[in-house]
Amino acid sequence: MYKFLEKIDHFCNYSNSWNILREAQTDDKYGFYPDKRPIEALIRNAIINLDKPAGPTSHEVAYWVKKMFNLNKVGHGGTLEHV
Amino acid sequence: MRGDPKVTGVLPIGMENATKLMSLISKAGKEYVCIMQVHCDYEMNELKEIVNQFIGEIYQRPPVRSSVKRRTRKRRVYSIDILETEGRLVLMKIASEPGTYMRKICHDIGILLGCGAHMRELRRTRSGIFTEDSNLVTLHEISEALYMYKHCKDESDLRRVLLPMEFAVCGIPKVVIDDDAVNAITYGATLNAPGVVAFQNFKRGENVAIMTLKGEIVAIGESNINSNEIQNMKKGIVVKPKRVLMERDVYPKGWKKNEKD
Repeated sequence: MYKFLEKIDHFCNYSNSWNILREAQTDDKYGFYPDKRPIEALIRNAIINLDKPAGPTSHEVAYWVKKMFNLNKVGHGGTLEHV
Repeated sequence: MRGDPKVTGVLPIGMENATKLMSLISKAGKEYVCIMQVHCDYEMNELKEIVNQFIGEIYQRPPVRSSVKRRTRKRRVYSIDILETEGRLVLMKIASEPGTYMRKICHDIGILLGCGAHMRELRRTRSGIFTEDSNLVTLHEISEALYMYKHCKDESDLRRVLLPMEFAVCGIPKVVIDDDAVNAITYGATLNAPGVVAFQNFKRGENVAIMTLKGEIVAIGESNINSNEIQNMKKGIVVKPKRVLMERDVYPKGWKKNEKD
């Protein structure tokens, strides 16, 4: 199994043991290893852990990121305004 | 509330396709550090006692300027720690459920103190699994990384800024499936037992992430069984996908082999 799966769990110190049912191979012809995606694909399948500055709203900041990368949509993980 | 008081900190942003994963993060717990200004001199013991009353289940009515209906609601505060005080300024660390108003907590502490208090500054230190330590970047760093990529053909900085969206499912159980089982799911099929190669433990009705052998996320769904049943299953639904992340036809069709029950 590809080691990136362990990296995901390691990211937030998640611990839940893996149960392997059988051996299986993946064909490199299809898809991408998440940490080896071409940069253009990564841009459309990524999360930025942004340090929001004081001043603009969460929505404004998210909009700027959208424009910087020329994306159709972005979404943020919970606004910081109402808190 | 723009700019006043100053609110900064962890704001994970999902780009394009990763937008679909952001509800996992916005629905997860939050952690803040906050500066409260008390409007009179106070006894430290009294303040501590009052602050402790806000730990556990509390009732809050959203402030006048808020984006939700102003209906009193219950929220759980996991912890409040007074980190430091300087005169009437109090630095606190608060962990809570999403949708808890820090501004309101400061205000309400002031009411119990008898003289009032308000929030001066707020910084979010955690949103779900994203913390200040998990690759937090500023707008400037993004802009510089993008410049290096666009004008200097150097994508190394950009790769440090962009986290593969798969990290968003860190906190939930995952199942790994066969290459042949991938495409059917992108067409809306359920994940059935024969497609599962490996799994982490989960209960029925839990959120589970469906991953390829390469570690790409295919979909997020709700489990239909307890994971300990998989070993003895020859067929049947393991996960019902709710959100499909992968595009169609990235992997070859495997219908005939896998999808006939």
